[in-house]
Amino acid sequence: MGEKLFMKGNEALAEGAIRAGCRFFAGYPITPQNEVPEYMSWRLPEAGGTFIQAESEVSAINMLYGASATGTRTMTSSSSPGISLKQEGISYCASAELPIFFANVVRGGPGLGNIAPSQGDYFQSTRGGGHGDYRVIVMAPKSVAEMANFPRLCYEMAFKYRIPAMILADGILGQMMEPLEFDFEPIDPATFELPKWALRGSGGAERRRVNSYDLRPSYMEKWNFRLEAKYQEIAANEIRYEATQIEDADIVLAAYGTSARICESALMLGRREGLKIGLVRPITVWPFPTQIFKDLSKRVKKFLVVEMSLGQFVEDVQLSINGKAEIYLHKRPAGAIPTGEEVLEITKKILSGDQTKLHSKP
Amino acid sequence: MEIVFQQTPGLTETPMRYCPGCGHGVVHRLVAEAYTELGMKEKTIGVAPVGCSVFADEYFNVDMIQGPHGRGPAIATGIKRCKPESLVFSYQGDGDLASIGMAETIHSAARSENITIIFINNAIYGMTGGQMAPTTLIGMKSTTSPHGRTVEANGYPIKMCELLAALDGPVYLERVSVDKPAAVVKAKRAIKRAFQYQIEKRGFTLVEILSQCPTDWGMMPLAALERVRKEMMPFFPLGIYKEPADSKAAVAEKE
Repeated sequence: MGEKLFMKGNEALAEGAIRAGCRFFAGYPITPQNEVPEYMSWRLPEAGGTFIQAESEVSAINMLYGASATGTRTMTSSSSPGISLKQEGISYCASAELPIFFANVVRGGPGLGNIAPSQGDYFQSTRGGGHGDYRVIVMAPKSVAEMANFPRLCYEMAFKYRIPAMILADGILGQMMEPLEFDFEPIDPATFELPKWALRGSGGAERRRVNSYDLRPSYMEKWNFRLEAKYQEIAANEIRYEATQIEDADIVLAAYGTSARICESALMLGRREGLKIGLVRPITVWPFPTQIFKDLSKRVKKFLVVEMSLGQFVEDVQLSINGKAEIYLHKRPAGAIPTGEEVLEITKKILSGDQTKLHSKP
Repeated sequence: MEIVFQQTPGLTETPMRYCPGCGHGVVHRLVAEAYTELGMKEKTIGVAPVGCSVFADEYFNVDMIQGPHGRGPAIATGIKRCKPESLVFSYQGDGDLASIGMAETIHSAARSENITIIFINNAIYGMTGGQMAPTTLIGMKSTTSPHGRTVEANGYPIKMCELLAALDGPVYLERVSVDKPAAVVKAKRAIKRAFQYQIEKRGFTLVEILSQCPTDWGMMPLAALERVRKEMMPFFPLGIYKEPADSKAAVAEKE
């Protein structure tokens, strides 16, 4: 804490996880997240942890399934196609209530796509991702400093609610270098009490079972309702967002992660010209900060959603605003990155009535 | 009066749901007796697969985890690396281990993870109703090879012990059966040896057990046992495929 560091996003993410108590990492190479396993491979053993380069993403997530069942703070990271491969395992973790932590440094898709930054995995991240009815906590950083500091928040929520928690980043956040400070002292997991559910050998007491099945439909239904109650509690307690200059805004930009960072530029440029632009940036994209949009829509009548995907994030904004205001969308999928000037230009068009709703392409 | 046989505390009292004549129940008992007799019951963590033995987490009276199809060795790896003092075993069938989980099997063996795999080879997918397995013999009928497995359409069955023996990682590989009392005694000895090597931190151990599936083979139990002997054993020869040189000598001396 206090020390100023200059780090690459992926390395800050890895270091942040270790300082937050991560002691087991399994991963598989994929661009643009390779610096995470590379950093972990030397740094984690130094911290007394285990690094394994798995034979596949599928194997890596299942190593986490086993490791986190022992109460260990675990991590895996990957990029889009690799995260798709992990989804069955993430679904098992969600059902068995194992507090894994993972990061998706999103790249362009679908298919092999490319290795450029993208936000195309929003639906996959915020709607569970794998099979069955479940959610995971999703934090969306916008800077290298947040890449470094969010893993601690993810672990805290993951262990408090026994739920997988993830960081939804992208190639820019993973690859760029920025100054940062850690906002917490390194955490030694040896000081934690082992959770009751953690496997360790029965030790002569009652044995423990970690599983994700109940073949009796009425019992599995109850299991689902139990998970749902937890999701409702998380939605009530853990929503985070950042609202900038919304008090007098005629138009509010809505964006997360890198897109929000770009919208900050547009806001600054626009304000210099006297335009009353505000910005709402969800920090947790699940649970989604619905209320702030609902409240704002009583007064603000125009919203511009900016996302590096084809209209995924906009659906959550629409659900929140529920027809109470006009929603415009600027979309740049699969590796294209909007600029602040570009966003400002569209904002001006909307304010002057020239822009069609929900249709803005470069 | 001397007790010559009793129920092992290594198993729970939950009645097993396995079909009459199935080998799983016997092998469950052997695994449970092995960790109990080695004094490891309270330090054992088991991994249950997907397949007929998905319910193994109800039967083994130790800390248990049930995971996705084929991923037992990866799950066991994660547990063992975090809890190196535990005895960790992964219980798997042929579809789980030799088909969907082949990568996990090969790589945990290549890494010489200090875990034990109990591999039930009954040449069929039991839980899903009798489909062709990676170990289904040529000519054997299944619901997805209704006229019998052919080389032209399906290729050859996989011999896992022979395959793994080609790797440097495994320290102990043995194929046994449970088709008669003497074989059951031998199978237990093999499982106990595998656990013993794990306790000694030697590395990857696997015991393959040829087993019978009367239900999905469409046979009476005795005929199924006969098939294990007459058809499976010639293709999947019993024996030790890999063992540590020093213990080979020690075992020879003892015997």
